[in-house]
Amino acid sequence: MISLRNISKAYPAAERNVRALADIDLDIVKGEIFGIIGASGAGKSTLVRLINLLESPSSGEIQVDGRATAAANGKELRALRRDIGMVFQHFNLLNAKTVAQNIAFPLELAGELARPQIKARVQELLERVGLLDHANKYPRQLSGGQKQRVGIARALAGRPKILLSDEATSALDPQTTQSVLRLLSEINRDIGITIILITHEMDVVRRICDRVAVLDGGRIVEKGAVEEVFLHPRHPATLRLVRESEGDEAENGLDLAQAPGPVYRFTFLGDDTQRPILGATAREFGVDYSILAGRVGHIRNLPFAQLTVALVGGSAFGAVNRLQAAGVVAERLSDGALSVTPRAVNG
Amino acid sequence: MSFDAIDWGDIGIAAIDTLSMLGGALGFTILFGLPLGILLFLTGRQQMLQQPVFYGILSFVLNILRSVPFIILLIMLMPVTVLLTGTSLGVRGVIPPLVFGTAPFFARLVEAALREVDRGIIEASQAMGGSTFQIVFRALLPEALPGLIAAVTVTSIVLVDYTAMSGAIGGGGIGDLAIRYGYQRFQTEVMVVTVVILILLVQLLQASGNRLVAHFSRK
Ligand SMILES: Nc1ncnc2c1ncn2[C@@H]1O[C@H](COP(=O)(O)OP(=O)(O)O)[C@@H](O)[C@H]1O
Ligand SMILES: [Mg+2]
Repeated sequence: MISLRNISKAYPAAERNVRALADIDLDIVKGEIFGIIGASGAGKSTLVRLINLLESPSSGEIQVDGRATAAANGKELRALRRDIGMVFQHFNLLNAKTVAQNIAFPLELAGELARPQIKARVQELLERVGLLDHANKYPRQLSGGQKQRVGIARALAGRPKILLSDEATSALDPQTTQSVLRLLSEINRDIGITIILITHEMDVVRRICDRVAVLDGGRIVEKGAVEEVFLHPRHPATLRLVRESEGDEAENGLDLAQAPGPVYRFTFLGDDTQRPILGATAREFGVDYSILAGRVGHIRNLPFAQLTVALVGGSAFGAVNRLQAAGVVAERLSDGALSVTPRAVNG
Repeated sequence: MSFDAIDWGDIGIAAIDTLSMLGGALGFTILFGLPLGILLFLTGRQQMLQQPVFYGILSFVLNILRSVPFIILLIMLMPVTVLLTGTSLGVRGVIPPLVFGTAPFFARLVEAALREVDRGIIEASQAMGGSTFQIVFRALLPEALPGLIAAVTVTSIVLVDYTAMSGAIGGGGIGDLAIRYGYQRFQTEVMVVTVVILILLVQLLQASGNRLVAHFSRK
């Protein structure tokens, strides 16, 4: 659907050349929700603005729907942009227009539909985003969540194939964020639109994205399925973003040297979270375990549990093998050899 | 002081002349100043049609026009006025210098009003595939409407001031009356009446401007 090849982008700044993006390679598949996450200044907005040609790359090639976009200008450029909807952190609604007029605006700019058709389409969209009662209000009369719903309706008006969302929920409270994310994922499911979702919050990615790329200092440092990146972050930048979303929980401040035995991180995903594998395996191999840290939740609708445990006594090796055979991902964090305390040895 | 001696007929005619000058000059000021203001905005730094050289030249010319005191502009422009209107006297003869005097000022106010529009709105309109022309006329100008109305209000009040001044070189109107009777013939009553009329006119303009701004403000 979208492919970026060897993209870099530098802004000519007065003092120095600001290198906003470097060596970006990315393929986004039709119909997926692709997350792009990174700290502030990582280059997320720049990346997404390259896709709808609000910026052009300093080097590299971008293809949207099989067409290279570099040569487009004038009419062609505007037609390309119309095929890509965009929602913004600060909504960017026209204050002088009502909700209905805002949603109609892109259709009027396109000039392809007659007035009654535009009206019908606006009605349809108002219903889709749950704002039928607010059609004649002005943006300043709406809450943040309602404004973003208008923004989403407006972005969808021209039936684009791609929806870009640049921090669409970053100005919203947690509850409103959830409802806006739910709306986006419903739209993705119902009309199969490809969504590229930019955020600095891992939580947003975890809730609705299929795949994710982590941007750090203008480079993609990690990308993959959200399950993989969220549960097994490899790059320090990713780890930081995951930890931020977990607050003080999980493995923050965990002192492996103080553990009573070798420390493993077990990850249960999907159906595995429902099966009593851990207890059964521990009994079978005569292993005791203490839970040092853990996180439990959902990735999209997929339940997961990740426990960091120290194994004590019995055949730890056998137990781990058994768990792995059952589909549990096991990572060894320490071998525990030096951390065995006198008390733990006595058996 | 006696107000019996005042020729109210003269004052009526003068008032109508002043209003004609004001209306005519305001119309032409908007006609020339609005496009100039839009051009200034669009070619400015980091804007849609960024053109530093063009912007610099236009800016310079407008600044020159703005820095010439109006009374001097009035005299300097006499030949141009005669060329344009066939006379340098009366309502017609004074409209060109009035427009030269206020259009650059109005253009700057338009530029400032457009700059007040959130950049995000331009960005969103571009992302929707709007052309520069569409963005200006369908997004920017409607969004800036309150600011533009305020600009027209301020400009019209400046014009009231200028029309009074142009009375000095035979422009006619209230200012002319004030100078001829109040200053040259020491008829203080006429002076008082003309000043009151000018005050009322300015108040009226400001009040209607404010109401319109409030009516169109959606922020
Ligand atoms: N128009 C611009 N001119 C110069 N530098 C810019 C511009 N836009 C962004 N940058 C710089 O590029 C880098 C990435 O910015 P951005 O893409 O906005 O990051 P993010 O959206 O991840 O916060 C930053 O260092 C920023 O200062
Ligand atoms: Mg950003």
